[in-house]
Amino acid sequence: MIFGADVASMLLGGVAAGMVLFIVSVGLSVTMGLMGFVNLAHGGFAMLGGYAIAQAMKLWGVGFVPALVFGFVITALASAVLERLLYARLYRASELDQVLFTIGLVFMMIASVTLLVGPENQPLRLPALLQGQVNLGFTHYRTYSVVLIVVGIVIVSGLWLVFERTRIGAQIRAAVDNRRMAESLGINIGRLFTLTFAFGSGMAALGGGLGAEFLGLDPQYALKYLVYFLIVVAVGGLGRVTGVFYAALLIGVLDFTLKKYVPQGGTAFIYALTILLLLWRPQGLFGTKTT
Amino acid sequence: MTPAPVDWSEHPAAAAMARRHRLRAWEPIPWVAALAFYFLFPKYLGFGTELLITVLFAISLDLVLGYAGIVTLGQAAFFGAGAYTVGMLAKRGIWNEPITGLILAALVAAAVGLGSGLVLLRTQGLTLLMLTLCTMALLEEAANLAHDYTGGFDGLDSLPIAPLLGRFEFNPLYPTTQYLYVLAVLFVCFVFVRTLIYSPFGQSLTGIRENTLRMHAVGAPVRRRLVLCYALSAAIAGVAGGVWAQANAYVNLGTLGLDRAATVLIILVLGGYGRLYGAFVGAVAYMALSHFLSKIYPTAWQLGLGLLLVVIALFARNGILGIAEAAAHRLRTRATP
Amino acid sequence: MIKRIIAVVAGALALGVASAQAQEVKVGVNLPYTGIGAEFAQLVDRGMELYLKLNADRVKPYKITLIRRDVKDPSGANAKIAVQELLTQDNVDILAGWIYSPNAIASAPIVTAGKKLAVIMNAGTAHITNLSPYYVRTSFSMWHAGYALGEASAKILNAKTAVVGYTDFPPGKDSLAAFKRSFEANGGKVIDEIPMGGAGAVPDFTPFFQRAKDKKPDLFFVFVPAGDHAAAVVKTYAALGMREAGIKLIGPGDITQDTKLQAMGSAAVGLITMHHYHADLDNPENKRFVEAWKKEYGAATTPDFMAVGGYDGMAAIVHVVHALKGKIEVDAALEALKGWKFASPRGPITIDPVTRDIVMNEYLSEAVMKDGRVYQKVIGKIDGVKDACKEQKIGPCAPPAK
Repeated sequence: MIFGADVASMLLGGVAAGMVLFIVSVGLSVTMGLMGFVNLAHGGFAMLGGYAIAQAMKLWGVGFVPALVFGFVITALASAVLERLLYARLYRASELDQVLFTIGLVFMMIASVTLLVGPENQPLRLPALLQGQVNLGFTHYRTYSVVLIVVGIVIVSGLWLVFERTRIGAQIRAAVDNRRMAESLGINIGRLFTLTFAFGSGMAALGGGLGAEFLGLDPQYALKYLVYFLIVVAVGGLGRVTGVFYAALLIGVLDFTLKKYVPQGGTAFIYALTILLLLWRPQGLFGTKTT
Repeated sequence: MTPAPVDWSEHPAAAAMARRHRLRAWEPIPWVAALAFYFLFPKYLGFGTELLITVLFAISLDLVLGYAGIVTLGQAAFFGAGAYTVGMLAKRGIWNEPITGLILAALVAAAVGLGSGLVLLRTQGLTLLMLTLCTMALLEEAANLAHDYTGGFDGLDSLPIAPLLGRFEFNPLYPTTQYLYVLAVLFVCFVFVRTLIYSPFGQSLTGIRENTLRMHAVGAPVRRRLVLCYALSAAIAGVAGGVWAQANAYVNLGTLGLDRAATVLIILVLGGYGRLYGAFVGAVAYMALSHFLSKIYPTAWQLGLGLLLVVIALFARNGILGIAEAAAHRLRTRATP
Repeated sequence: MIKRIIAVVAGALALGVASAQAQEVKVGVNLPYTGIGAEFAQLVDRGMELYLKLNADRVKPYKITLIRRDVKDPSGANAKIAVQELLTQDNVDILAGWIYSPNAIASAPIVTAGKKLAVIMNAGTAHITNLSPYYVRTSFSMWHAGYALGEASAKILNAKTAVVGYTDFPPGKDSLAAFKRSFEANGGKVIDEIPMGGAGAVPDFTPFFQRAKDKKPDLFFVFVPAGDHAAAVVKTYAALGMREAGIKLIGPGDITQDTKLQAMGSAAVGLITMHHYHADLDNPENKRFVEAWKKEYGAATTPDFMAVGGYDGMAAIVHVVHALKGKIEVDAALEALKGWKFASPRGPITIDPVTRDIVMNEYLSEAVMKDGRVYQKVIGKIDGVKDACKEQKIGPCAPPAK
């Protein structure tokens, strides 16, 4: 069963990498789909959240899981404040003004964190339970990857339920598909957006903390993975939770496989893949709407 | 069609059109300032040269973004194509004459622009943004992989660029020749772009930006015009890259990178796009601020820069020139009640 | 133009009277104080500062002023302008810094034209010192550790096969070439070479390590740039159970960089590295250095090989200032440095008079647990190691044809 174990390990590794991409990117997709707001500071919220989590563990000795909750809540709150005070003023502005604003915000986030905490990478020590390997019956694999997969599935199921089965989910879907119509039906888009923005940023924070095991955590996090998050959003289609999920999985698994078997190709694959996918389906694999 | 000739020149719209491309009184100011800089700050010419090249690069972006409305994050692909054209030809001893080198850089970059434009310009919005970005990233990775030709991550150093016009050497320590050379290149390219955007071709680009459907309806070949504009813009970005490689006698992966593409976009939006002079204003504001702030606070200058971007985005619509125009408009309306 | 200079006045202990007469020597420092290299810049900067602080007596009666410039990124362009302006505006006497190799390569023509001593404190591509006659390196080249480790792997660790994983940029390729050359010359065999992405962002190492594991080598030699990559390397190695599979993880000291080591915890135990410095080296200079460092910058901080590059670089500069009595002239400065010997925290070092590169000891170390912290135990040592690339005139390391 050597071949089988090989394929299994490849799938597990790729899916785990995809889960991190999904958790960070899902908020970006929904806010961009909802308001058409180009929020390049999204990676910044993931970075800030990761720092909140790392600092909570370091300074107060909080455990990993409570620290994750703390990071989610504090980032969601902070982003809601920013959204009301600053973002809201730019909803009617051109997307290029939005780009200017959010990039400026990222620069400020990076500089502030560097000044307050320092430029160095923040270690996030996992609980012993999550380290090492686990026996899955057919193969041994990295425990944390398996946990990530489970967490990712729980999150996507939860989000799916919220989106498909609750009133607020229906409102979001309606607003993504046709904002004007939704508004004229009496949906309070402003409040809806604040809510999803805060939630999306919280998710990014969660992703920053959960993914630190693979991606590390330092001030530059805010920019250096942004391209990956944007790729996932573009391929998945704007405002589509399930789209983002499948896109993240697809990119995670393909990137992982190609890196393992053809490492000489470097990062070229992920870009080539994105180009091909987007030329094939310009609205993303699951999208129907243009920005 | 009315058979009787009608004199449209009295029509207000025609008058406004005619006024648009007339040389305005303030237009020589940037050029006078650039020349004055040469004499006043001889120790800042290295910075000045980089600044002028950035202006040229930003103008190339303004042509596609500001006039044709193509939002791209991959403009450095063409800058890099031009830079590597000059660099590889010089390093291998094939061609090192500066001015013809720039023409080659422009041709190669235009070819890249034409090829990618034909494929990519069918899309728009985030999709186009990501496609241009990924194309550039692919080129960068290709340059990294082909290190036997491109020098990979280390780049190609000590390029043997021939003296300008066979007489003026490029001194690495005191880049006086580089500065004046780049200024001349910038001027030529600027005149070209200015003429272009006020030509019927340029007007049709603006039409496409403002209402694509209507342009289709009047029978304008929209796709073809966009691709042509994209290739022309690529050629100018290629010139900027080529002149960068010549001025620095050096080329590396940074010329192809997202950093460069994102920075030039920020600079253009900061200055104000679709205005031609926004490139000047944005480049001066962004680069002067980051240059001098980073001298004073080497570790924290990004905070100030970020603040500037946020404030401009929040309080000005369409960059610094947007503020200036709003102010001018207010003055004018007050003057003529 | 107002010239604003952030100056750190060295020799703060010197009395006001003395400093009034002190002859000032300006050192222009170019480092990436922001961006992905900010952490490294801080380490090198602190190393320089600490030397001046610890050796205030040795600096007297001169006053060394550091003029810092942020080079932001490895693009080369910003570093070029920084070096140019340090030379033409600030009129510095000596240049120092360079974290990234591309910046040192891009600056070389300016350094040559500017005719000032230029001390490289980190950039590790082997042939850089050939690019300008005024470059002197107090850090290391990738060949120092890579070449020594290849030999040690065959002779001391008795390995027959190895897989090499490396970050796909010149220091990585240098490291691979150095290791492979000496390992295979001593009877070993490199059975797979895996490029593991670029230097910009930390990749997920799992696919690459999975591939290495499948090849079942005796050793897995990994080169990644110092910083964030190392923690991910060690975590992935442990998480994939490669140790249990009997594959030893080895590499240059970048994978056990002191600043990252404790955070790796028990996952790092068993790692074998070859390097010229780590904070656990047992010699009096290092004890004093580490102690002073912790006092100055906090008990939780630690110096590492980058900090030592800055520290020794400043020692070299102070030596030159004294030898030339404060009047810095580049040819005399180079003469003073050729063959210069110094008791560094990394052990005895000297500057090779022919190549202007450093000659130093290389230590083979194993990470073990001691008193609840990861400790690097020296298990072998090679004295007086030169940069093998230039010694053997390999590829671009051959002296430039004049």
